Amino acid sequence: MSVHTDERRHLFEEATPPLKPKEALDEANRCLYCYDAPCIKACPTSIDIPSFIKKIATGNLFGSARTIMEANPVGASCARVCPTEELCEGACVLNHASKPIMIGLLQRHATDWAIRNQAALFQPGEKNGKTVAIVGAGPAGISAARELARLGYDVTVYEAKEKAGGLNTYGIVSFRLPQEVSLWEVEQVASLGVRFLTNTRVGVDVQPEELLQNYDAVLLAVGMGNVPQLGIEGEELEGVLDAITLVEETKNGPLREDFIGKKVAVIGAGNTAIDAATCSKRLGADQVQILYRRTEKEMTAYPFEYEFAKQDGVEFRWLVAPKRIIGTDGRVTGIELTRMKLGEADEKGRRRPEPISGSEYVVEVDFVVKAIGQERLLPLIESFGIGHSKGVISIDPTTYRTTHPRIYAAGDVIFGGGGVDAMVVDAANHGKRAAHAIHAALVEKTARESD
Amino acid sequence: MADLRINLAGIESPNPFWLASAPPTNSGYQVQRAFDAGWGGAVWKTLGEPIINVTSRFAALHYGGQRVLGFNNIELITDRPLDVNLKEMAETKKLFPKHTLIASLMVEHKREAWHEIVKQVEAIGVDGLELNFGCPHGMAERGMGSAVGQHPDLIRQQVEWVKEVAQTPVIVKLTPNITDIRFTARAASQGGADAISMINTINSLIGVDLDRWLPIPHVDGKGAHGGYCGPAVKPIALNMVAECARDPLVGIPISGIGGISTWRDAVEFLLMGATGVQVCTAAMHHGFRIVEDMIDGLNQYLEQKGIASVMDIVGKAVHTYSDWGNLNLNYKVVARIHEETCINCNKCHIACEDTSHQCIDIIKDQATGKERLVVREEDCVGCNLCSIVCPVEGTIEMVEIPTGEPPLTWNQRQAALASGGATE
Repeated sequence: MSVHTDERRHLFEEATPPLKPKEALDEANRCLYCYDAPCIKACPTSIDIPSFIKKIATGNLFGSARTIMEANPVGASCARVCPTEELCEGACVLNHASKPIMIGLLQRHATDWAIRNQAALFQPGEKNGKTVAIVGAGPAGISAARELARLGYDVTVYEAKEKAGGLNTYGIVSFRLPQEVSLWEVEQVASLGVRFLTNTRVGVDVQPEELLQNYDAVLLAVGMGNVPQLGIEGEELEGVLDAITLVEETKNGPLREDFIGKKVAVIGAGNTAIDAATCSKRLGADQVQILYRRTEKEMTAYPFEYEFAKQDGVEFRWLVAPKRIIGTDGRVTGIELTRMKLGEADEKGRRRPEPISGSEYVVEVDFVVKAIGQERLLPLIESFGIGHSKGVISIDPTTYRTTHPRIYAAGDVIFGGGGVDAMVVDAANHGKRAAHAIHAALVEKTARESD
Repeated sequence: MADLRINLAGIESPNPFWLASAPPTNSGYQVQRAFDAGWGGAVWKTLGEPIINVTSRFAALHYGGQRVLGFNNIELITDRPLDVNLKEMAETKKLFPKHTLIASLMVEHKREAWHEIVKQVEAIGVDGLELNFGCPHGMAERGMGSAVGQHPDLIRQQVEWVKEVAQTPVIVKLTPNITDIRFTARAASQGGADAISMINTINSLIGVDLDRWLPIPHVDGKGAHGGYCGPAVKPIALNMVAECARDPLVGIPISGIGGISTWRDAVEFLLMGATGVQVCTAAMHHGFRIVEDMIDGLNQYLEQKGIASVMDIVGKAVHTYSDWGNLNLNYKVVARIHEETCINCNKCHIACEDTSHQCIDIIKDQATGKERLVVREEDCVGCNLCSIVCPVEGTIEMVEIPTGEPPLTWNQRQAALASGGATE
């Protein structure tokens, strides 16, 4: 795929078209409206899917959008980024009789209506005089903020970046999730009186102690950091990039020119790697290859993401690991790879890749994009003095409470990781549940005090 | 939130959605579940002398992939003893004092029998009575139900008997199995009924088994006509409600029944004069939970229109419903096909060409080879058929063409001709 600069912006617009009005109505009427429906159980946020679809069928789009957003404060984003074939659509009973309902697209149909009509779906609760600080305005943070505001809390969200929304605003390619969708979700929360203090770093601009002093409870929803170092020679060369930063740039500001006609290697095979690869293609790269030390079977990218990347012309090289990055005059010119083979299974059941000695070879590339996961925000977590295991905050799974009685945690910071990527919808669920746990604790406390 | 409370002839209800007297309201367990789900009221399954039901009772009309467009049943009134029903009704009313509980009644044509049952059900605290003069099967063979509902004088007399003792409002449920429902509605009104409800079910045979040559459903090799309801009967019911609503000789509130499945259906009945609606088939198809969207959708509708109370829309379209002779002969609409959304299925063309007025041409663009559907407006009679068969909503629009002529109805035209004829 070779592209001209002027055409590229178009390539970053949402790739999947919305359902046409007739399509949405036909599909909504095809839903069986199951009782105790498996799709609801398959949704981490338990959206009442048959109900929101029924509301599309009866022309109650407002009610439909509210049903979705009530259960999932980032439901418009999730309509686009959820691996629906593994969740709701995978559970649809029609898989056995015909084909599953297009739940994700119907969810988008309803939430698009709410966005277009600027519908105010929720009202703030009556003020209860209690305050909560939320650190991080990603899916978990804004979900918690929305719930707490509806319960009457005075909520302040601290966000290091310029805009709120976290991964949805910055980290998912715009052709899957346009930034304005995420910003609408933020706006819905802000309209309930939640204060967003952006460009504000906790630990730098405001200290953990101040938060504990000034708020009744603190919720840590800080997510994850940058992509870690590969730990190989040549990593400092110009042309070695971080996948998250690369994606983020395409969602903010002008598209970079230096990828046009170039060769790009992406290290890793998770969803971020796919995003970086498809971004690179759309930025104009001539050849984009994903390099992964295991095989297709072990990669964590969703099947539809993998398919999407192949459609974009991304090439996949299995069983190769980077050994060093080669450069001339401080710029990347190639990457040396070692061929791998799969050995014994590790504790998570994935077969461990092992290098084949003497198999090294060099591939000519202009850019190396690292997408091998994200670092834990250890210093920030430790500054709160709470218990954690390798950066995964320890919580009581029912109360979302950390080892500190007034500090709670939700989202990626409590997700143990493993063979699968944490989903946006999981973070939303954590945030929602943490909010109710905070409410239960603070209400309990008030009840005790008034005894 | 708009005010969804209704007042039907003095019967108050938290919302206009009631369950009709039918299988869903057979027991306290069911009615209590319905109230929990949000139904504003329930008309308990008809009380009377306990009967014996047959097995194999229901059948449905499925069409074009949609299930239960129509529904038919041969189940009779309650088959449970009166004292059991009364006990459960009392218990239900106690648990849900704000919800509306109506007793549906059907007894033999005897004054004492009506007095007796009215006193019994009112003693347990029902909010109103509904006299079942509509059931078309089984009970009619015994001189009750629609056998009464087809005779205005019988209706009048039995309503009078009930009104002699009734302390609560009396609703008369009418059968549609009659040539002109206004005659029985007027009779109910003359007898002193506080309200009427319509329609009960329509005589029907759902189908015939092609291999066994048996009616559907059958009971041990024999079938009998059932009562038809569900979405398919809505237009029939809506007309009957509207006809009664605009008849000054009826003049009492109406509880609308017949194929109501969504909040939209309910709004239509309310606009055409119903003060509330009763639902059965939709609940039997999907469960009591459907009321959630009925309430939510109605509330959204009212809020978006800036209407404070649902009572404010009751009957608002009745004045627009009239007789054919009062329609403007000089009003003209024609079809316009929006090419940008047309998918070239040509259904409008063939419908018009074969069965209407031959005014939609398929025109081939010589340059591109593409075909377009074009209405010859001068030949279009504005029948709507093309827009009805068009599968893409909004693609064929019926547009008004000003004729420049003053409005003239058939009645006015005939009157003018008559007076003109007189002067000649």
